[in-house]
Amino acid sequence: MPIRWKEYSSANVYDELITSHGRARKAAQQAARYIGSLTDEELHERRDAAELAMRVMGITFTVYSDQGGIDRAWPFDIIPRIIPAREWRITEAGLKQRATALNMFIADIYGEQRIIKDGIFPGELLAQSVNFRKQCVGVRPALDVWAHICGSDLVRDRDGSLYVLEDNLRVPSGVSYMLENRLVMKRVFPELFEDVSILPVDGYPTRLFDTLASLSPRPADYPTVVVMTPGIYNSAYFEHSYLAQQMGIELVVGSDLVVQDDDCVYLRTVGGLERVDVIYRRIDDLFLDPEVFRADSQLGVPGLMRAWRKGNVAIANAPGAGVADDKVVYAFVPAMIRYYLDEKPVMPNVETYLCMNEKQRGHVLANLDKLVVKPANESGGYGMLIGPASSRAEREKFAGLIQKDPRNYIAQPTLSLSTVPTLCDGKVEPRHIDLRPFILSGESNHVTRGGLTRVALKKGSLVVNSSQGGGSKDTWIVETGEH
Amino acid sequence: MLLSSVAERMYWMARYIERAENTARILLVHNNLMLDMPRRISIGWEPLVFIMGSANVFREHYSEASERNVVRYLVSDKNNPNCISCSLAMARENLRTTRAIVPRAAWETLNDLFEFTRENLAAGLSRRGRYTYMKRVIDGCQLLTGKLSGTMSHDLSYGFLRMGRNMERTDMTTRVIDVRATNLLPNQTDELKPFEDIQWKSVLDSLTAYQMYRRHVHVRVRGRQALRFLLQETEFPRSVQYCLTEIEQCLHRLPGNEASLRVLGRVLRMVQEVAIDRIVREGLDDFIDELQRVHGELHEQLTTTYFVLQGSAA
Repeated sequence: MPIRWKEYSSANVYDELITSHGRARKAAQQAARYIGSLTDEELHERRDAAELAMRVMGITFTVYSDQGGIDRAWPFDIIPRIIPAREWRITEAGLKQRATALNMFIADIYGEQRIIKDGIFPGELLAQSVNFRKQCVGVRPALDVWAHICGSDLVRDRDGSLYVLEDNLRVPSGVSYMLENRLVMKRVFPELFEDVSILPVDGYPTRLFDTLASLSPRPADYPTVVVMTPGIYNSAYFEHSYLAQQMGIELVVGSDLVVQDDDCVYLRTVGGLERVDVIYRRIDDLFLDPEVFRADSQLGVPGLMRAWRKGNVAIANAPGAGVADDKVVYAFVPAMIRYYLDEKPVMPNVETYLCMNEKQRGHVLANLDKLVVKPANESGGYGMLIGPASSRAEREKFAGLIQKDPRNYIAQPTLSLSTVPTLCDGKVEPRHIDLRPFILSGESNHVTRGGLTRVALKKGSLVVNSSQGGGSKDTWIVETGEH
Repeated sequence: MLLSSVAERMYWMARYIERAENTARILLVHNNLMLDMPRRISIGWEPLVFIMGSANVFREHYSEASERNVVRYLVSDKNNPNCISCSLAMARENLRTTRAIVPRAAWETLNDLFEFTRENLAAGLSRRGRYTYMKRVIDGCQLLTGKLSGTMSHDLSYGFLRMGRNMERTDMTTRVIDVRATNLLPNQTDELKPFEDIQWKSVLDSLTAYQMYRRHVHVRVRGRQALRFLLQETEFPRSVQYCLTEIEQCLHRLPGNEASLRVLGRVLRMVQEVAIDRIVREGLDDFIDELQRVHGELHEQLTTTYFVLQGSAA
């Protein structure tokens, strides 16, 4: 039976496509009408076609088992997430503003630390930050930009407004899926792309390359830019390989690179050593250089930090940029925007209680059953307490953890993530989503059109991670003629 | 610009693809030969183990060279790193890590073939399913070789692929000659004499050379001519001389090629200048041994010059 939007209901939460009255929102009208006109059979045909395209195109992520790595097809839902261009323009401006302030913050932290001296940001937070790298103090990277690629996670709450949930400034991934999802959708719904004015996403690899190339310490020459991967066993290896391919540059591992006595980085090629100007690294700080960080790292390049500090090679994101990728620092981003840019923040943060603050800690401890508690430096949803779903024992455990190490915990109200209609077992049902746009910072800022929409495929689940039953959707920024 | 590590993976990927194809073909051809030979004078399955150059490992794991054991050993035994399954798995690992360079279509083909060999292994090991299985391996490898040749830029990285392919072909041709021809040549027992023809035909078939041999040599299959064809023919893509000339062409386009070209020159001259009549009379062993030794030296030289990571690491 074809979809009847009138019967679709996403109770008590904001649905991105369909209002509570069962009517399509303006930007989604054409898509909803078209999808609603398909018979069950046609809809399933489209879904199968998308699955086939995913398999044939080799769009995978890697799951590991005893038998070695296995490439799994990336779960994908064919009903797009649709955002009106008018709203996106505001979001885009907000993300640029945020990335600019974050970069100024990182540069300040490794430089004069004005924001601490002026009493806006508490200095003792740095001493306890696991992502602060003392080896980076005093370094001035090209353009004073540290976080060249930022992936910010956005969620929409019941009230319909978008909030920034976190900023990933270390090695954010997912952009290849954003690009591939669009290719698949164009194969599956070519008619819709003719009729609806959907902004294209495929300029990203070119923008990324330009951003990276602009960091070259030898601007006169055509720079040698490489993507550095921890290797085939990394779960994002597909993306590393994909981006290298799309940018037409080399994909390297640590052992392909060598730092010579002149403190420059070289590639080992069949014709001998060749100088490298820019490294887009997809490997964590601590593995970059065994001379400086973890001595047991097999993935890094001895001397790399030396070469970077001397300005002989650019590294994106710069080592130490992760200092701003911390859930406690996150709480200060609106203050940073006001402090560095003297502007009002465009994108709101999710309300955040810092457990290091005595008064806020009291509030958190008294309301553990209503809040989400997160450790400051974990990602991927690890080590969290989701209050409303927790047991008394779990809450007691967290109360203990918080009192023992208050700096390491923050708490936020439980958000009810927005939903998008999703094809589940042949029926269309609401499923929760988030959105990860990518912000490039170099000579200028650039935001992807939309980003990667991740969807929790399990009913009622709020966990969108691919390792835990999450999938993704294509994200459409649609012009509706309004400004 | 070509990374040493990428060059090495391209080279090995091509060798493994070629190895899987050759192993499948040799199995298939031997299978046919066994059907033609009278049961009482069967030459057995053991020669195949010798061709693959791993008789010691085989003996460690099997008590007799029965059809069943040899086929399993060559198709899927993990103890034999040169078996078809292992070769395809290694080719796939090498291609997986060079996906940024190799056309997508090639990856799809290899992936497809790899899955096929895994899913149909039981059939491949059985007598009845053997033909279809081996045929599919051979076709899959050739499809892959064709896709690489037809859709990838013939740049430096392709050059390494081409060198790997031809190094492996040279290797396989000399191995087949070593094991099969040596026994066939001088003093055939009276019992086997009547079957010399079909045995030589199967040697040529193992290297897909029979039809081309007939076209170019115009005589019925005789040992001497067959040997000359496999070693010195300048236009057949699996003759030793042809393969070495291909490698030479690749080397000419590479930087720092002097040492490799010198070794290549030595092995090429050996093949070009050898008097077939003499080695047939005096026995092939010494010549083939020497040929394989210099071939090994060429591989070592390529490895040292292009793959071993240069530059001080600390």
